[in-house]
Amino acid sequence: MILWRVIITNLLRHRTRTLISVSGIAFSVAAMMTVITVLQGAVGMFSGLLSSDSEMIVFERNVSDLFFSNVSNRVFDQITLWPEVTHADPVLFGIVSSPDHPIITCFGVKASDARLRKAIWRKGSREQFSEHEDGVVLGERAAEFLKADQGSIIPVGHGAFSVIGIIHTSNGFEDGGVFMPLHMAQQFFHKDGSSVITIKLHNAEDRIVFQKKIQSAFPDLVALEDGEFNRSYSQFRILKATAWTVGGCGLLLGGFGVANTMIMSVFTRIREIAILRVNGFSHLQISTVILAEALLIAWAGAVLGLLIGSLLLIGLGHIPSLHGYIDATLQPGIMLLILLLALLTGAVGSLYPALYAVRIRAVEALRFE
Amino acid sequence: MKNTAYDSPLLTAPVLKARNVWKSYDDGAIPVLCGVNLEVRPGESVALCGPSGCGKSTLLHLFGGLDRADQGEILIDGAALTAKTNMLSILRYRIGFVFQLHNLIPDLTLRENCLIPTVAAGSERRSAMLRLEELAAAMGILHRLDHRIQKLSGGERQRTAICRALMNSPGILLADEPTGSLDEKSAEDVFQLLITLTSSEGVTLLMATHDRSLAERCDRMLEMRNGRIDAES
Repeated sequence: MILWRVIITNLLRHRTRTLISVSGIAFSVAAMMTVITVLQGAVGMFSGLLSSDSEMIVFERNVSDLFFSNVSNRVFDQITLWPEVTHADPVLFGIVSSPDHPIITCFGVKASDARLRKAIWRKGSREQFSEHEDGVVLGERAAEFLKADQGSIIPVGHGAFSVIGIIHTSNGFEDGGVFMPLHMAQQFFHKDGSSVITIKLHNAEDRIVFQKKIQSAFPDLVALEDGEFNRSYSQFRILKATAWTVGGCGLLLGGFGVANTMIMSVFTRIREIAILRVNGFSHLQISTVILAEALLIAWAGAVLGLLIGSLLLIGLGHIPSLHGYIDATLQPGIMLLILLLALLTGAVGSLYPALYAVRIRAVEALRFE
Repeated sequence: MKNTAYDSPLLTAPVLKARNVWKSYDDGAIPVLCGVNLEVRPGESVALCGPSGCGKSTLLHLFGGLDRADQGEILIDGAALTAKTNMLSILRYRIGFVFQLHNLIPDLTLRENCLIPTVAAGSERRSAMLRLEELAAAMGILHRLDHRIQKLSGGERQRTAICRALMNSPGILLADEPTGSLDEKSAEDVFQLLITLTSSEGVTLLMATHDRSLAERCDRMLEMRNGRIDAES
């Protein structure tokens, strides 16, 4: 209890300094949480997009981005006939633009595609999908920000398309996208195939066999399991690494703030630490006081930062122009990890001040006023 | 002066002993102690007098393990202090310190300041509180237990410092000018309480002071000059 009072008393003695340090950690944590959650959400949505009712993804080997991958129609035709394949869905990804919306994801799919089968059709029906030469289906959010309804004509890229349906899906990218019949998308994007083919197998144990068959029949293609793809896809890795690096840098700065505060704290109460020493405090007890102060600052900053970060994410989720592109769902795992990182930062930041504190010579500190 | 008599040679063995102790600062440029020899027996109250800079405080610091002698030996309970001595244990259970400047933590209450040594020693809280109330009553500061140090008078602060020093019932109390920052009346009161309390608790007192009138009321008064103990009365 007394130890606790010593710790709290010191933090309250220099309220402004403590507050600045807590704020430093708080904003670092908020930034880290926002960046990581948004990017993890984006990665999650994109990987969900690829693995919709499928177990494997086939795409062009050694492409830097799936948008550049091209899997020919011939491959699709052959794979569909393989006995272990339940169904195969070719998907052509493209980026289109419309006035006021420079980036809209476009999906070229067949009417039998799992995305359309699993979607909730708000307007129109799947049967109408490929009947219309220029008919597109909009995700619900895309319809909102494009202010389009069934029957509307929307300008997309260099063309204009009539909206034949509106669907709701659980995936933000899909919900903010434009679905075109595959043949129309191929024409629009000047491609003769698709970006990927997602595969559903009869038997999950046939994955290895399927991978080997792809490798043998189409050496320029690669087949990966969904999880394997998520781990190895360079864009995902870059995004995740960037998020953690940016967040980590922020937290490092916060950690320097804690270290600075604790160093100042120790410098300004050398006499007090000497008093504790003379009254029998061990090095460990002195270090504990310093460490506990730093941890308290880090903890307060982390909690405040998580609160700010949550509010930021909720706010981002309500910005119409970001609809469909940001999954701002709070992720407890990430929050816990950030909290632990913040505490670790506080602990590391207290190491030098604690070391300095235990080296204080009581006889010198007490000799002079 | 109080007459302290011990029949058994074992009991009369000194609890504090300095044997030819030398100490200087700035690599020998400032000699402070020049071959000090001193013995203090259990229950004795010994006053060290002398001008500023004669080495009184330094000698107390050496006995308290806060500093190391350049030459010679410092012995506590017959055991020489070395680099391997468990000074933490000595500071927690064997020796209490009182300084001229009370050296209390100003933002804490009297109670919290006094409990610091018991926290260091890991004492049971209930018994620590009982001990505090007993000492505070004896020192006349029981009514001030929950007052912050800033709210206390100089005399009360010094009584608190004495209280704190005795919390873990040390056998030895080292007091460095305990009344030096007090007015005459407060100094008299604090000194009287110090002598009474150490005597009733059987604590050995080694006190550095300028005040000869107070020093004369101890069992022994030693005169220090130029780093040596000059005379005893």
